[in-house]
Amino acid sequence: MGTRILILGSGLGGTIVANGLARRMPAELRAGDVTITVLGATPKHMYQPGLLYVPFGRAREQELFREERTILDRRINFQVDPAAQIDVDNNRVTGKSGKVYEYDYLVIATGSRLAPESIPGLKEGAHQFYDLEGARKLRDALQAFNGGKIVVNVNAPHKCPVAPVEMTLMLDEHLRSRGLTDKFEITYTYPIGRLHSLEPVAQWAVPEFDRRRIKTQTFFNTASVDPEQKTITSEEGDTLPYDLLITIPPHRGAQVIEDSGLGKMGWVPTNPKTLKREGSDNVFVIGDTTSIPISKAGSTAHFEADTVIENITLLVQEGRWSRDYDGKVFCFIETGMNSGTYVWFNYHTPPKPTPPTQMVHWFKLAYNRMYWLSACGLL
Amino acid sequence: MSNRQTIDARNTFCPGPMMELIAALKQSEIGDEVEVLSSDKGSANDIPAWTKKVGHQVVSAEEHADHWAIVVKKMK
Ligand SMILES: Cc1cc2nc3c(=O)[nH]c(=O)nc-3n(C[C@H](O)[C@H](O)[C@H](O)COP(=O)(O)OP(=O)(O)OC[C@H]3O[C@@H](n4cnc5c(N)ncnc54)[C@H](O)[C@@H]3O)c2cc1C
Repeated sequence: MGTRILILGSGLGGTIVANGLARRMPAELRAGDVTITVLGATPKHMYQPGLLYVPFGRAREQELFREERTILDRRINFQVDPAAQIDVDNNRVTGKSGKVYEYDYLVIATGSRLAPESIPGLKEGAHQFYDLEGARKLRDALQAFNGGKIVVNVNAPHKCPVAPVEMTLMLDEHLRSRGLTDKFEITYTYPIGRLHSLEPVAQWAVPEFDRRRIKTQTFFNTASVDPEQKTITSEEGDTLPYDLLITIPPHRGAQVIEDSGLGKMGWVPTNPKTLKREGSDNVFVIGDTTSIPISKAGSTAHFEADTVIENITLLVQEGRWSRDYDGKVFCFIETGMNSGTYVWFNYHTPPKPTPPTQMVHWFKLAYNRMYWLSACGLL
Repeated sequence: MSNRQTIDARNTFCPGPMMELIAALKQSEIGDEVEVLSSDKGSANDIPAWTKKVGHQVVSAEEHADHWAIVVKKMK
């Protein structure tokens, strides 16, 4: 029997790993020395960064989705059978269907999920745009909005660290372009003492927010929301009134991680360099679900996937290790409807600021289109 | 029994030591302790001030050659 590689999750990380492994091991796949199986929760793959444009009516919903089967290399066995139990001691995973999948190497890429219910009143009182249903509802709410107080509320931990800043700036521009200047007031809240965890982004955001008269409230960790009174209160003791509340809810990892006892809140303890699950030698973890203290972002999942592809390939082919992950993260940032910037860093290099330009905005739009190529393993 | 977990957030730039602490406190029980290692001076200043403000307890805050080690106990 050949080497069985099992990948959990058919989101960004899982798809890149599966395609990358298939492309590097054509001979082994042909000979049956290697098999690659992906377990997904849905037949469709969603381009999550596109959700940012949905509330403003700037994305067609159809553009956000592709059939996962058409993105995956045809030599990969793709099953829509979400993992229900992961048994790392016995190298096997049980799917929701009851089917058992045994593996020699496991890659966990089950991402993160929204947990608004962990804060009283948040689910009932707030809009969000981190899934399609939420983004649609926010689109309707924005259409009906004719003025008043908006609170953009950020909670930790959350994926795509820059989306809340992007949302705030795009929202301001959107409402102004609808002729509502002077009729609305945006307050942006953030858990720590600056506007963004990335220092250059935080510094850059201050004059941008001032210029647009966007108010800010730092050290704001949401304790509760009162949907009747329309107020949001922080652990620090501040209360803000709102007419429209947009939240980035706190996240957790996938339920199956907690159910399998692999990590509190669904975050899997992971070695930051080898990307192996702590305590396992044949279980790799990538993307949002790792416990590594770096950004939960598509680019993180992508760079981690590249490392895992090289390591599993070399382990299968030559029995040796290729290279460690260097902590690289890269983010494009939309700074309005027509300008953008970017930032990158790794375990050794701190992020440096770069002034926003229209050029970078076009790069990001181009990147939005190129996403499918990178998921296919072609970029 | 109270637990202590350590987050090594040295040389991590995003989300950074304080966001990691906040997330870790969310997943802890009352009485648990979280130790954060931080090489960022800003968070070494902010963490104790914030901890007191929200009503948790700073168990210890030590300065080492290239980082700070701060232990926070979840109180509520
Ligand atoms: C609005 C928004 C904007 C964003 N913008 C950016 C951006 O500009 N740049 C950037 O880098 N990142 C961005 N991101 C973040 C990025 O999308 C994620 O960080 C990235 O998708 C993480 O990849 P992943 O593979 O870990 O998880 P995902 O891509 O979320 O995939 C996880 C998959 O696992 C599946 N799954 C869950 N449980 C199970 C199970 N039990 N069995 C099998 N499968 C399971 C899920 O259905 C999902 O398909 C954005 C996210 C949002 C929401």
